[in-house]
Amino acid sequence: MESTSSDHHAVDVDKHVRIYITVFVALMVLTIVTVAIARLHLPVPVAVTVALLVATIKGSLVACYFMHLISEKKLIYAVLALTVAFFIALLALPVFTHNNGYWIHG
Amino acid sequence: MDIPYTVEVRRDTGLTNGKIGIWLFLASEVMLFGALFASYILLRTGATEWPRGDTILNVPLATLNTIVLISSSVTMVMAWASLMRNRFGTFRIYMGATIFCGLIFLVVKYFEYSSKFHHGLLPSTNNFLAIYFTLTGLHGLHVIGGMVVNAYFWGPGAKLWKTNPAWFTNRVEHSGLFWHFVDLVWIFLFPILYLL
Repeated sequence: MESTSSDHHAVDVDKHVRIYITVFVALMVLTIVTVAIARLHLPVPVAVTVALLVATIKGSLVACYFMHLISEKKLIYAVLALTVAFFIALLALPVFTHNNGYWIHG
Repeated sequence: MDIPYTVEVRRDTGLTNGKIGIWLFLASEVMLFGALFASYILLRTGATEWPRGDTILNVPLATLNTIVLISSSVTMVMAWASLMRNRFGTFRIYMGATIFCGLIFLVVKYFEYSSKFHHGLLPSTNNFLAIYFTLTGLHGLHVIGGMVVNAYFWGPGAKLWKTNPAWFTNRVEHSGLFWHFVDLVWIFLFPILYLL
């Protein structure tokens, strides 16, 4: 029985390794896409949106597959959900202060 | 008093203590870099003029560094997978490759920084360079930190594999999570600083 369980485990890891290689190829392709899009010299708002979209896809691939977030426990998701909420609030601060800080001071 | 290290999964969380610990640490790291990203947005939106990164910085070198860091993430996860397959020799090769990739990244960064300093482009020159050196400098420190931990597991720390392979695999998994996070940060730094 033990060897059967071990074989299942090995097959499982082999499956993961195939996914890692696929993700690696996808990340390389997306890196080329990022640089290629930058060479098009698109208007700044469009360029920012596209660049961040591609970076988000790449980041998600790393987080989901290399960091195994795709099959993580609920507690980790809860911690990260809280982090994302505070992270967005942090990035939004400059937007609120954009109008000479009226939102903050008004 | 020793702090007991356990790889047993807790019933209440379904996780090992180390796994929760590293993710809480990474959450704090997100906020650290988040504060600097927010500073970048504030500086950029408040500036009357902001240079495109590729007019000042070296995009081919940064692209090379992106490829190097992504490759190191793959070798890192393969190092962990090797331990899961009970292949310690393969682990050493992949972990060595990960450390080597980190070294290449830092050498490339050294040439980039040297070139900037040589041309009189310093953090005090303008806000773009100030935030560029701050963000990439902090990221570089993280690369060094990750390399030190990985080098420990490649070298002296690897003795643990003989006495307790489960602990060792657990620790390598956690150092891997940190290394992937460092890669993830660079994935966002690259377009933001160099291409936009």
